[in-house]
Amino acid sequence: MTERLAEILADSFFKILIPGLTMTIPLTAISFALALVIATAVALVQFANVRVLRQLARFYIWVVRGTPLLVQLYVVFYGMPKLGILLDPFPAAVIVFSINEGAYCAETIRAALEAVPVGQMEAGYCVGMSYLQIIRRIVLPQALRTAFPPLSNSLIALLKDTSLASNITVLEMLMATQRIVARTYEPLALYLEVGAIYLLFSTVLTKLQRVGEKKLARA
Amino acid sequence: MLEIKGLQKSFGSLEVLRSVDLDLEKGDVVAILGPSGSGKTTMLRCINFLERADAGEMVFDGEHFDMHRAAKRDIARIRRKTAFVFQNYNLFLNKTALQNVTEGLVIARKFPKAQAEKIAMRALTKVGMADRKDYYPSQLSGGQQQRVAIARALATDPEIILFDEPTSALDPELTGEVLAVMRQLAGEGMTMLVVTHEMGFARNVSSRVIFMENGVIVESGTAKEFFDHPKQERTKAFIRTVQGD
Ligand SMILES: Nc1ncnc2c1ncn2[C@@H]1O[C@H](COP(=O)(O)OP(=O)(O)O)[C@@H](O)[C@H]1O
Ligand SMILES: [Mg+2]
Repeated sequence: MTERLAEILADSFFKILIPGLTMTIPLTAISFALALVIATAVALVQFANVRVLRQLARFYIWVVRGTPLLVQLYVVFYGMPKLGILLDPFPAAVIVFSINEGAYCAETIRAALEAVPVGQMEAGYCVGMSYLQIIRRIVLPQALRTAFPPLSNSLIALLKDTSLASNITVLEMLMATQRIVARTYEPLALYLEVGAIYLLFSTVLTKLQRVGEKKLARA
Repeated sequence: MLEIKGLQKSFGSLEVLRSVDLDLEKGDVVAILGPSGSGKTTMLRCINFLERADAGEMVFDGEHFDMHRAAKRDIARIRRKTAFVFQNYNLFLNKTALQNVTEGLVIARKFPKAQAEKIAMRALTKVGMADRKDYYPSQLSGGQQQRVAIARALATDPEIILFDEPTSALDPELTGEVLAVMRQLAGEGMTMLVVTHEMGFARNVSSRVIFMENGVIVESGTAKEFFDHPKQERTKAFIRTVQGD
């Protein structure tokens, strides 16, 4: 009995890890990279108080943060085909995760932008720089440094949230585990196993976060 | 060289500057004294357009500007001819001492990097900070930061430097190094408008002293006139307080 279990766990380890490496991690990385782009743009239009875009940004954040991620996944993957928009599971997941994460990260970056002392901006003007030059070279780099720890936390949260993509048939780690469970009827052991692999991944990210923070602190 | 006429500025219903006039010749070092809240900072900020005046005329190198309506392009031009040294330094926190000085040259004025660094090193040497060129502001004392800030101001080759209480945020033992640099600049003929509480500087370095209170210039004159023969009662009282008798 325990021998059989050991065998199943050993056998399934790579069957879960490989989708982790080929699906969960790319899904997390691509979504987060896009989320950062969205978040920076959305934070900047608010910070710079660009008229219509500012309102749009608030609306976007309001909707995205006020609705469940799983519902967003369902709307895009199961709902959009009604409008003739048919997406494969992976791109659908990337779109939803980056839009969702973008809203949260936008708030983080906006707060960090607002925390940059106003004197930094004024000093930039006084040496003749333009608003955009100051934002790009002085304010944004400082804000991103402030935002680094909370953004790292968001990244780790996203890594775990990608498990929701199993609901729209993305063959990531949880989905891979569910398939093995269906075959072997060992839910406790296998779900603990996939949990442990998530833990491993997030531990690596936490370590990377530490390294990053140290590097930033040195400058 | 720089003339200001009828400068006015209010914040809401608070009248901070009520028709201030100012006239600086090249090489003048003008000390602005006055109690806190009298509008000294606001005046400097209006001259550099960090604050938009409600009214006022500026004549800079013979060119006239409406301080209330000045266009962006004119503001950029005026800023290029001026430099500002802040009370709390405001060095770019994400840049080294050297980068703080080159930033305005490379980014705003499009100098080639090598040339900008040469100019920057000359400025840092002048303020005695060349050996700290790769330090970040967080690694420098207040006095050192302020000297880098002065180097940053110098590097852009301004016609006038505006100082807003450059030593007020410093521990007493650090004010000397900053004042020494300013004294040196004054000696070299730099035009300076200096808001300060350092009576030694006002008396011994500045060529002219202006005393401000409640948004108006109460008295102005040469340093000697001002300290030895003040005309206004208010100025006499002020000088008695700062001299502590
Ligand atoms: N941005 C601002 N908004 C509102 N009030 C201000 C602002 N800046 C300065 N003030 C007010 O203007 C007055 C003059 O300030 P300031 O120019 O800093 O005086 P000083 O530099 O002589 O101490 C003060 O009463 C101050 O509170
Ligand atoms: Mg002041």
